[in-house]
Amino acid sequence: MGKRVAKEVSIAVADAVAQCRVDVISAYPITPQTHIVEHLAELVNNGELDAEYIPVESEHAALSACIGAAATGARTFTSTSAQGLLFMYENIFIASALRLPIVMVIANRSISAPISIWNDHSDVMTIRDSGWIQTFAENGQEAVDLVYHAYKVAEKCLLPVAVNLDGFIVTHVVEPIEMPDQELVDKYLPPLKMKYKLDPKKPITIGAIGVPEIYTEAKKALDEALKASYKVIVQAWREFERLFGRKYQPVETYKMEDAEVGMIIMGSLAETAMNAVNEMRKKGKKVGLIRFRLWRPFPMQDFLKALGKVKALCVVDRAVSHCSTGGPVGIEVRSALYQSNKRPKVLNLIAGLSGRDVTVEDFMEMFEMTYESISKKPKFSYQIYGVKE
Amino acid sequence: MPKDTGLVSWKDLAPGMYITEPGNSVKFKTGDWRSHRPQLDKEKCIKCGQCYLLCPEPAYEENEEGYFICNLMYCKGCGICAAICPKGAITMVLEEE
Ligand code: SF4
Ligand code: SF4
Repeated sequence: MGKRVAKEVSIAVADAVAQCRVDVISAYPITPQTHIVEHLAELVNNGELDAEYIPVESEHAALSACIGAAATGARTFTSTSAQGLLFMYENIFIASALRLPIVMVIANRSISAPISIWNDHSDVMTIRDSGWIQTFAENGQEAVDLVYHAYKVAEKCLLPVAVNLDGFIVTHVVEPIEMPDQELVDKYLPPLKMKYKLDPKKPITIGAIGVPEIYTEAKKALDEALKASYKVIVQAWREFERLFGRKYQPVETYKMEDAEVGMIIMGSLAETAMNAVNEMRKKGKKVGLIRFRLWRPFPMQDFLKALGKVKALCVVDRAVSHCSTGGPVGIEVRSALYQSNKRPKVLNLIAGLSGRDVTVEDFMEMFEMTYESISKKPKFSYQIYGVKE
Repeated sequence: MPKDTGLVSWKDLAPGMYITEPGNSVKFKTGDWRSHRPQLDKEKCIKCGQCYLLCPEPAYEENEEGYFICNLMYCKGCGICAAICPKGAITMVLEEE
């Protein structure tokens, strides 16, 4: 087994990417992703990592270079945050539609304006419909482990994977992290072999026009591929557990077995929310927590199973979907419930925008609000929590 | 117009809708969205081949007599050949005519 060492999470993530023996790294620095790509640049520069590092002029070019490199069969990596992700936007959809196994780490940060470098999920929520596999880490160890997993899944499914970690709260924190031995990583991750790739000896066309007679079929094929990736994702976590000893699943639960009120959250705030669950339980309130580790493909069955028998559910969103029916996660959850027989009351709150603190007490208040919603129907379909009036 | 019901099953598409057979664009007739077509006046033509070289499709083929003849299955009517011809041997005429 590897050693447990104290490391800044960004550095550990970069080391994990290096352990995955990437061929091409293409990135443009942006806070709070910077330490990840800086460390990779160092590793390449000092000869520790045999990879091509392309210091591009923009994020648009960063993903373009990954697309081109991946199309030739190279293992690629990029990373970004907020405005950088938005600058990549048109290429995001191209990467998935062209079925290129690119891995991107998103150090989640709020979108401007107003300018903000702090954390929420407004950046990644803009790409939720893009056909990328999307996972969310809660802490440093998980962030690192999700990187190995991302390559495994991306290359088996021929789909790009975005690994999300909260900017600063996860990226810049020093944590004890177990880095696996290289041998084990190599065992988990055999060299990439693409059935179709750009090769002058065997020419193919990538990115051809999709006339109306074929565009629909192309979209259907991508949709089915993403759907089918679910099995691979779960299997890859099982294999990970066998080799590395840490268990992961699409949906994580905490004290949901007997919960009457549940809460859903993604990312690092779940750790604070768990403390709130403990405090509520001390007061005799049976509450529990659900955390989506896998966001795309949406883990419908895991989610419904995780719900247990809750009477009410508090969905805490980290992004606004202005004047829709909820936050991005809230909309998704309500829609999922509508297709099932389970109908808990759903209270959708938006919290922790741009690094605004959400404390244990806040989560406890949210739980109380959710209890109230059982008997008294809320007057809103979503609400921004903790806003100063 | 007949209703478009799709060209091929989604199951038969290569991943990412790659085209795995090189050069198969010749099978795809693209000449049906033209409004004007080039008309050659052989009297004026000096067989220089500039139309052949500059047609973006490329739609021109040389015949046994050395004239360059446009294959209307692929010509999209851009008019480049007519503009480039040094002898004014090509005129663009409306499709309906
Ligand atoms: S009109 Fe354009 S497409 Fe048609 S033959 Fe001339 S150059 Fe080629
Ligand atoms: S460019 Fe004009 S002159 Fe030259 S080959 Fe074509 S039609 Fe003839």
